[in-house]
Amino acid sequence: MSVDLVANVVIGGVLAGLVYGLMALGLSVIFGVVRVVNFAHGEMMTIAMYATTILFAAFKLDPFLAMLPVAAAFFAFGYALQKGLINPFITRPEHSQFMLLVAVAIIMVNGLLMIFGPDARSVQTEYQLESYEFGKILVDKARVYAAAAAVITASALFLFFKKTLTGKAIRACADNHLGARIVGLNVKHLYALTFGLGSVCVAVAGCAMVVLVDVTPGLGPYYTLLAFVIVIVGGLGSMGGALLGGVLIGVSEALAGLFIAPSAKSMVSFGLLILVLLFRPQGLLGKRP
Amino acid sequence: MDRRQFSKTVAAAGAAALAPAFSPFGIVRAQSQKLKVGVLLPRSGYLGFIGQSCQKGAELAPGVIKDMLGVDIELMNADIESNVDTARTRAERLIQEGANVLVGAFDSGASMAIAQVAEQRAIPHIVNIAASPITEQGYKFVFRNFQTAPDIVRNGLDLIGDLFQATKTVPRTAVYMHVNDTFGQAMTKGINAMLPARTQLPFRIVDDIGYDPATKDLSVEVSKAKASNADFLLLVCRLNDSIVLRREMIKQRWNPMGIISPGSPGMYEEQYFKTLGKYSEHSISNVPWYNPTAKLTKIVEKAFVKQNPKDNLVFHGLNAGFTFEAILVAADAFKRARSTDPKTLRDAIKQTNITEKMTLGGTNKFNDKGQVEGIGSACVQNLNGLPTVVLPANAASAKPIFPAPYYKT
Repeated sequence: MSVDLVANVVIGGVLAGLVYGLMALGLSVIFGVVRVVNFAHGEMMTIAMYATTILFAAFKLDPFLAMLPVAAAFFAFGYALQKGLINPFITRPEHSQFMLLVAVAIIMVNGLLMIFGPDARSVQTEYQLESYEFGKILVDKARVYAAAAAVITASALFLFFKKTLTGKAIRACADNHLGARIVGLNVKHLYALTFGLGSVCVAVAGCAMVVLVDVTPGLGPYYTLLAFVIVIVGGLGSMGGALLGGVLIGVSEALAGLFIAPSAKSMVSFGLLILVLLFRPQGLLGKRP
Repeated sequence: MDRRQFSKTVAAAGAAALAPAFSPFGIVRAQSQKLKVGVLLPRSGYLGFIGQSCQKGAELAPGVIKDMLGVDIELMNADIESNVDTARTRAERLIQEGANVLVGAFDSGASMAIAQVAEQRAIPHIVNIAASPITEQGYKFVFRNFQTAPDIVRNGLDLIGDLFQATKTVPRTAVYMHVNDTFGQAMTKGINAMLPARTQLPFRIVDDIGYDPATKDLSVEVSKAKASNADFLLLVCRLNDSIVLRREMIKQRWNPMGIISPGSPGMYEEQYFKTLGKYSEHSISNVPWYNPTAKLTKIVEKAFVKQNPKDNLVFHGLNAGFTFEAILVAADAFKRARSTDPKTLRDAIKQTNITEKMTLGGTNKFNDKGQVEGIGSACVQNLNGLPTVVLPANAASAKPIFPAPYYKT
C-alpha cells in the first residue's frame, strides 16, 4: 500500500474529524456548563443542514456564507429552548431531562419529514468537486473549507470563554453553581447563553457538513450517536477533548476503511469508545469527577 | 308470530349478522368484485427515489388495467421506509386490512421478508423488482416477474463482452465495488461464480470493495479503488451511493475507462442525471429494461405522461414497468379466477400467460418455482442526459462509447 494513499486517507479523516469535532464541541459545552445532555444534538444539526439548503436554493447563498444567518438563528433558538423548555427541568431527575430531549429530537425528525419529505437534499457548488493537488496527494477543497470553518469557530469559542467577562461568568457557573449564584450571576441567563453557543457550534457544523454529505431527516440520530462517541472519547465537558475526539474518530474510521474493510469503520470507532470507557472513563482530556 | 316462529326469526337474523365474522375470510373475499392490491415500496429512506419511481407504475395501473381487462383494482399503498422490519410489519398490516395480493418491494431484503409473511398468511405475493433467491425457497404463494441475481449477472456479463467487442476494447483489469446488502451479496456471489468461466471476458478483478448502501462518504473506498489502477470500475450500486461514488471519483480525479454495472439500479435513475449533470454521462448499466416500441409501453406511456406531466418515462421505465406488470399479473389472474380467494388466485397466477408486455423478454409465464424466465437485459449508457439503449444492436438507439471520453491513459 503506497504512502500517498495512506496520506490521502489520513488527511481526509483529519478534515472530516474536525467538523465532527465542532459538532461534538456544542454537546460538550452544553453538558459542561448546564449539565444537561442534549439528545437532540444531531437533529439540530440536521435542521441547520436543511436551513442551508433552503438558503442556497432561494438565494444561491454559499453554505459558508449561510453560516452567519444560520448561526444567529440557532443562537436565538438555543437560547429560547433552554430558557423556555429546559430550564424547568434542570433540577429534575436525569431521566426527565433525557425524556424531554428525546421527545424534542423525535418532534424535530418528524417535523422535518412532514415539511421536506424523505428525499435527500444537497447544495451544489463548484468547489465541491474540486481538489488541491500536492504532488500525488489530493485534498478535497470542500473538506478543507469545512475544517477551516470548524477550527475558526472552535478558536473563537475558546477565546470567548478565556477572554471575555461573560465567558468567565459561564465558566464560573460550570465550576461552582452555588458560588455563581451567591456572587449574583444570572445563572438562568448564562445557561441559556451557553445553550445558544452550543447551538451555534451545531449550526456551523451543519452548514459545513452539507457540502460533504446530502441531508435527509433520518440523519439526526446518526449524528447524535456520533457526537456522543466523540465526547466520551475526548472527555465529556472538555472543549479540547471534543475536537481531539472528532479527529481521532475521523482518522480511525478512515484507516479502518483502508486497512481492514470499509464496512468496519463504525466497528473501530465503537471499539475505541469501549477502550476509553475501560481504561480512561473520564475521556482522553476529561477530568476525574 | 308465535314464540317458536319468533325464536327462529331471531336465530336466522343473528346467524346472518354473525356470518361474516365467523366465515372463513376466503369465502367473504370470494364475493368481492374488486381486487385489493397491497403495494409495498421503499418510498422513503435511502431507496426513496427508486421506491417513488416504482410507485408511479403502481398509480397508473388501476386505470390502464380497467381499460385493458375491465378489472377493478384498489391499491393499498404502504411505505416500507427502506427497512426490512418495516416491510414485514406493513405486509402484515395490509393483509389484516384485507389485501388480496401483495406487490413489491424493489429491495431484495424487504422482498424476502414480505415473501415470508405472504407464505405464512397464504396470500399471493408478486415480486416486482428484487433479485435475491426468493423463488428458491419453495414458497407456494410467491411469484417474481424479474430476473434472479444469477440471470442479471449472466446477462450483464454477456453484455459487457458484447460492449468490448462492439467498441474493440480489451480492458485487462477491473476493480469491483458493491453495496453490502442482500442484493449486493447475491450479485457478488453470482459474479464470483460466473466470471471465471467466461473466458471471452478479457479482464480479471484486482480488488473487491464492499460498502454500506446507506453510506454518506465513500472517500476511503474510492481511494482504495483508484490505487488498484484498474482499467475500469465494475459497480453494483444503489442510487444514493452511486451519486456519492461518482462525486468522489471526480474529486479524486480518478478517470478509469468507464463505470459498468453488470446489473444494478442507480446510474440510469433521473436523480443521478439531475444531481451529477455532465458527470452522469457515459456510465453504463446492463439491466432488465423496457421495450420502448411495445404496444403496451405506448399505452402505459400515455397514462404515465397524463399522471406525471413533468416526468419522462425513460427514467422510470424499468421501475414503473416492472411494478405495473406485477399488478397486471395479479389483475389478469383475478379476471380468470373470478375470485379473491387466495388459493384460487394463487392457482390462477400460476397459469399466467401474458404475451403483451412492456418489458424486454418473452412471455410472462411462471415456472414451477414461481419465476418468470427469459426476461431480457439491455446495455444502457447515459448519453446526452438520457439513459440510452446501446446494446443489443437490434434494440439500440445509439452506439456505445467506451472508453469514456474522460479516460486518460
